[in-house]
Amino acid sequence: MGRVVVEVMPKPEILDPQGKAVVGALPRLGFTQFTSVRQGKRFELEVDGPVTPEVLAAAEEAAVKVLSNPVIEDVVRVADIEADAAATITSEGLA
Amino acid sequence: MSGATLATARIGVVTFPGTLDDRDAARAVRLAGGEAVSLWHADADLHGVDAVVLPGGFSYGDYLRAGAISRFAPVMESIVDAAAGGMPVLGICNGFQVLTEAHLLPGSMVKNDHLHFVCREQVLVVENADTAWTRDYTAGQRITIPLKNQDGQFVADERTLDELEAEGRVVFRYDGWNPNGSRRGIAGITNAAGNVVGLMPHPEHAVEVGFGPASDAGPRAGTDGLGFFTSVLGALVGA
Repeated sequence: MGRVVVEVMPKPEILDPQGKAVVGALPRLGFTQFTSVRQGKRFELEVDGPVTPEVLAAAEEAAVKVLSNPVIEDVVRVADIEADAAATITSEGLA
Repeated sequence: MSGATLATARIGVVTFPGTLDDRDAARAVRLAGGEAVSLWHADADLHGVDAVVLPGGFSYGDYLRAGAISRFAPVMESIVDAAAGGMPVLGICNGFQVLTEAHLLPGSMVKNDHLHFVCREQVLVVENADTAWTRDYTAGQRITIPLKNQDGQFVADERTLDELEAEGRVVFRYDGWNPNGSRRGIAGITNAAGNVVGLMPHPEHAVEVGFGPASDAGPRAGTDGLGFFTSVLGALVGA
């Protein structure tokens, strides 16, 4: 079983209310070093078998056609999740 | 106007999972003199309707993005084809969001700039009275209809906005306070052919005395929204 991660962020010029709320909360908790927060979305797409170049291409197409709206969002990453050690630690280290 | 002909005009009203205002839209169609036909999101058949209303609500819970999942509903595939053929389509609030996600209209809606849900009696300036849904108004006319949304800020890139302005495709603008922070105060737009219109405020909530916004005639007496539905009936019979 392979997994592809797709990450989508609001475009820089689009108001990101979630990020704005978070950046307002951080200093109240003592985190004063962060001047901006943008909150995006992470999708994990599973396939039977390995993540082939065709699978990645399909994920890229889905990312542009469905998972994001190019008017307000950018697809910032489409990658084989197993190839990214940091990503697997995050998702499986907590399991 | 031919009453007999108008009575036969069939206006479809789509219900998605999470749609809230379908009954109000159907009522508005009937009050204008048309026949309201319920359309179901999972049914690709348009049942011979002459026009379609995509009502407000929170289709599919607005998960992913407002209107994004509805775009792929079987009924939308048929509506996109029919709209390309000239069938009048009106998207109200969430319906407007569905129309942008379906690429029948440009731009997108994001959170209101003040981050709050807003619910008010909104004054709009009618900028374009030549569409299938606005021909019973006059350009420059001010109408009052309810507005209620959280993701009502219309955004598009500057080039698209310039195009919309140059081609007269801005159909409504907010009068006075801009309740969402929408680019250039835009409340509603149309496609190049003028058969597809989307707007954030709700005309279907201002169609009957006793149930609408305040007007010169008194509290709840406003019926400024009825013109949308009489407009399309007139457009369908070529009156």
